[in-house]
Amino acid sequence: MLHENIMSEYVEHDQDGVSVGLVEKRTFTFADPPDEMVLESGAKLGPVTIAYETCGELNREKSNAVLICHALSGDAHVAGYYDKNDPKPGWWDIMVGPGKGIDTDRYFVICSNILGSCIGSTGPCSYNPETIEPYALDFPVVTIGDMVSAQKALIDHLGVPMLHAVIGGSIGGMQVLEWCVRYPEMVKSAIPLATTTRHSALAIAFNEVARQAIMADPNWNNGKYYDGRKPDLGLAVARMIGHITYLSDDSMRLKFGRRLQDKSDFSFKFDADFQVESYLRHQGKKFVERFDANSFLYITKAADYFDLGREYGDGSDVDAFSNTKAKFLAISFTSDWLYPTYQSREIVTALKKNSLDVSFCEIEARWGHDAFLLPNESMTSVIKGFLAHAVD
Amino acid sequence: MPSIKTDPVQLRYDLQIVASWIPSGAKVLGLGCGEGDLLYFLKHQKQVKGSGIEKNEARVAACIEKGLTVLQGDINAEILDYPDDAFDYVICTLTLQQVYDPASLIRAMLRIGKKGIVSFPNFSHWRIRWQLLLTGNAPKTKQLPYEWYNTPNIRVITLRDFRKFAQKVGIRIVKEVAINTNNQDRRGTVTRRLSDWRGTYGIFMVEKHSSPSKNGVA
Repeated sequence: MLHENIMSEYVEHDQDGVSVGLVEKRTFTFADPPDEMVLESGAKLGPVTIAYETCGELNREKSNAVLICHALSGDAHVAGYYDKNDPKPGWWDIMVGPGKGIDTDRYFVICSNILGSCIGSTGPCSYNPETIEPYALDFPVVTIGDMVSAQKALIDHLGVPMLHAVIGGSIGGMQVLEWCVRYPEMVKSAIPLATTTRHSALAIAFNEVARQAIMADPNWNNGKYYDGRKPDLGLAVARMIGHITYLSDDSMRLKFGRRLQDKSDFSFKFDADFQVESYLRHQGKKFVERFDANSFLYITKAADYFDLGREYGDGSDVDAFSNTKAKFLAISFTSDWLYPTYQSREIVTALKKNSLDVSFCEIEARWGHDAFLLPNESMTSVIKGFLAHAVD
Repeated sequence: MPSIKTDPVQLRYDLQIVASWIPSGAKVLGLGCGEGDLLYFLKHQKQVKGSGIEKNEARVAACIEKGLTVLQGDINAEILDYPDDAFDYVICTLTLQQVYDPASLIRAMLRIGKKGIVSFPNFSHWRIRWQLLLTGNAPKTKQLPYEWYNTPNIRVITLRDFRKFAQKVGIRIVKEVAINTNNQDRRGTVTRRLSDWRGTYGIFMVEKHSSPSKNGVA
């Protein structure tokens, strides 16, 4: 069985070949009717299946669990391999493993696929028990809070009373913040990476263009495409837009410049002349093989709706964090224009005003928003040190 | 590996003095905390709950790796977000001479902290006076090793200037000491006589004028 686990072009083997080894994807199903999960919108959903993977061992005190929250298109496969012939390891293999930044010799690492996604957890492509067809747009709109609430059910199921740390970047970082506010008693420490308490207009704008690309694809058919041709073109364009926002002017100049793809002159046609065009087309094409267009709509909408201050603080991030107890390490990257440093600083300010223990580091990186997925010695050692002292 | 310093003699001499002024269990903020030597020492030797602010990414990373709580940022901006009286002591060592608006900084320090501690190189040390008098060049010393055109030390302060400044901005000097250090600033002595001439650094503990002088911390 060959598993499609290519998170992005950045997933790579550990340089030193160190790995957590073979891992197994498991599922946990709860909220069976009539005890459905009540979502933030008031809608009910059940049964709910959450796909998850763990690495490392839970210690006797059950005090070493680390929850990793993935971003938009990630999955539960955070590290290691399903099979020794897998072409690539899990999406954060450079960070998670024996002796690594998140050391699986010390921590019991849990990662689950978010609610609404399509890589093992319940989402719009799952079967609706009432109609015995995929939910499609009958799937209720889920929020970051709902995703976290489903993760909480999983953590309870695993018998973990307290999380040593919750870690995640981007939309994963939103889940980290949500955890700290929603279940303050359960989170000892938190590492929100390259994230925000609310999307900027810029971020919403890009998401909306991406959603429009999907919905404008005739194959989308109001979300009902599961028994026919899929809106691959729309989803590919959506992914292309995403990839632009994950890079930076600097990184695109370095990576592509104006270099041409397999040719020495312009074609004077609408082929992919430039390398950057060819790269984006390739990323789009790869993405449609593993991701569901409706999931893309639901998850981006959840990210756009996310507003910690509005939800928990009457508009104030400071008030939203008032019950939070966790020790924080916020990290941003200099060239990230999707979740710029000022947004991490806003998180830090709100935490400071609550006299919470917060560290912040802006890491010099030219790779844009994607920097948090790339090997970075500084990020690794900072995360490692913070985790080691998180309960000082 | 970050350097681990729990032995007070390994601290820079001015930091040894500052550390001796901090009671056990105090809440401390270090402005421009570098690699966190003082905070690390206070945390492990005096059970101090400390945080720091530091501009340089590598130094911030070194602090966090050691288990210290440190924010990367500009001290003048970061100091504004803390609630009033969030700390027992706010410490700013060897940085005041590089601050654009020292009066605002000191006021902010005393808004968020019950007491402030500042240290700076003394510009009225006899070597400096002597150099200027004899050579007519802007003085250069071990403590102030820069040329006029590349020095980060944009404020020229003497011990006497600081006392005048304290009066002017309405803060009370709780205690002060002048020190004379060796080359690496690891060892030194407190200069009790002619300190304005003999001290290489001045260290001052200050508080708001109105605050009743209490000893110790809550």
